[in-house]
Amino acid sequence: MAANPMTQFEVYRIGPEIKIGAFDISFTNASLFMIVSSLAILVIFNLGAKKNSMLPGKIQLLAELSYTFVSKMISDTAGSKAKPYFAFIFSLFMFVLFCNMFGMIPYTFTVTSHIIVTFVLAAFIFIGVTIIGFIKHGFGYLKLFVPSGVPIVLLPLIVVIEIISYLSRPISLSVRLFANMMAGHTMMKVFGGFVISLGIVGGWLPLTFSVALTGLEILVAFLQAYVFAILTCIYLNDALNLHH
Amino acid sequence: MIRKYFFQLIFLYLFFSKEVFAAESGGMPQLDPEFWVSQIFWLTLVFGILYIVLSKLILPKISANLELRKSQIQENIEAADKQRKNSELKLKEYDDIILKSKLESKNLFNETREKTLKNINIKRDTLEKQIDEEIKKAETEIEQLRKSAPEKINKIAIETSSEILKNLIGTEINNSSISAIVDDLYRKNGGKYYGN
Repeated sequence: MAANPMTQFEVYRIGPEIKIGAFDISFTNASLFMIVSSLAILVIFNLGAKKNSMLPGKIQLLAELSYTFVSKMISDTAGSKAKPYFAFIFSLFMFVLFCNMFGMIPYTFTVTSHIIVTFVLAAFIFIGVTIIGFIKHGFGYLKLFVPSGVPIVLLPLIVVIEIISYLSRPISLSVRLFANMMAGHTMMKVFGGFVISLGIVGGWLPLTFSVALTGLEILVAFLQAYVFAILTCIYLNDALNLHH
Repeated sequence: MIRKYFFQLIFLYLFFSKEVFAAESGGMPQLDPEFWVSQIFWLTLVFGILYIVLSKLILPKISANLELRKSQIQENIEAADKQRKNSELKLKEYDDIILKSKLESKNLFNETREKTLKNINIKRDTLEKQIDEEIKKAETEIEQLRKSAPEKINKIAIETSSEILKNLIGTEINNSSISAIVDDLYRKNGGKYYGN
């Protein structure tokens, strides 16, 4: 008993060890849940896009509502110029959301609770946004670090702070998602452990907590996916429409 | 008592489990770089495929569906608007027709009334004329009769006088002398009997 609440985050190999050069790219439980989440997204949205009836069915409505939800989110935060990046942000949002949600099923693995996964996503976004910014504005993109209306005396300090905040974007983006998922799942595991150890006498209180936490974690799973996507939109907005 | 026991149990558990964690855990599995490359590889692969399939196959379809529905709804609204306008036009036409026919019937009524009035007037006029003529004829006849009446009376008077005289005297008396007397009387008292 008293299983380590961190064991749920352990990655283990499924099947044989695959190696390319010095790199181990074996199929793991993390890979499995990435594939499961992606397949679920593809199946649901394919069904939703398949037939177009004037009065949408449940799945079609789900697909279309998600589409308009993400589309509205992008146009609200990044304007109409962000339209070419719609598919990327949509896939990103859905991937994170489905990974989070699959993690809520007991005995599953939460892909997004691993810093390396969220960091790769965040780093890709960071590099992509920076490249887009420099393509759109050339060296004028560096004006992002020089806010207008700041007194000359404060300018060196502000510029340094802006640069640090810009460079810490991938870290904050990835750590936010990873920490939220890990903390939530650890907490649920701990409370689940309490239920077992306190037994029929005292187990009811942690059980109540556990039920409440499950609801909270489902909310967090959605919220973190939303935050991840909307921050991507905000970064994209900085690169597309240089406001400073 | 039970509550106290319960909380004691929880604290005890927390204490022990902390000990257990400290003994068991070798830190966060997330920070173990053993499977990092594998995760990066599979994430890139899976997310890449997901992105390509979504952006090339599924999202355009959903977008097309939404556009189609939007345009269809727009079309329906436009058609409904058109039909409404049409029906309004028809209603106006119908109202016009009713108004026109009302006016026509009024005209017709007025015309016929005038015609009948005219007819009546004409007929009355002709009737009045006829009546006038008749009256005139009658008047002339009366006048003639009146004019001829004294002569006839005179004649009768002469004849009756001569007859009476013949019966009284027994002899034939010349009519001319009687007529002279009658004429004389007539001239004297004519105004009294035949006053005009």
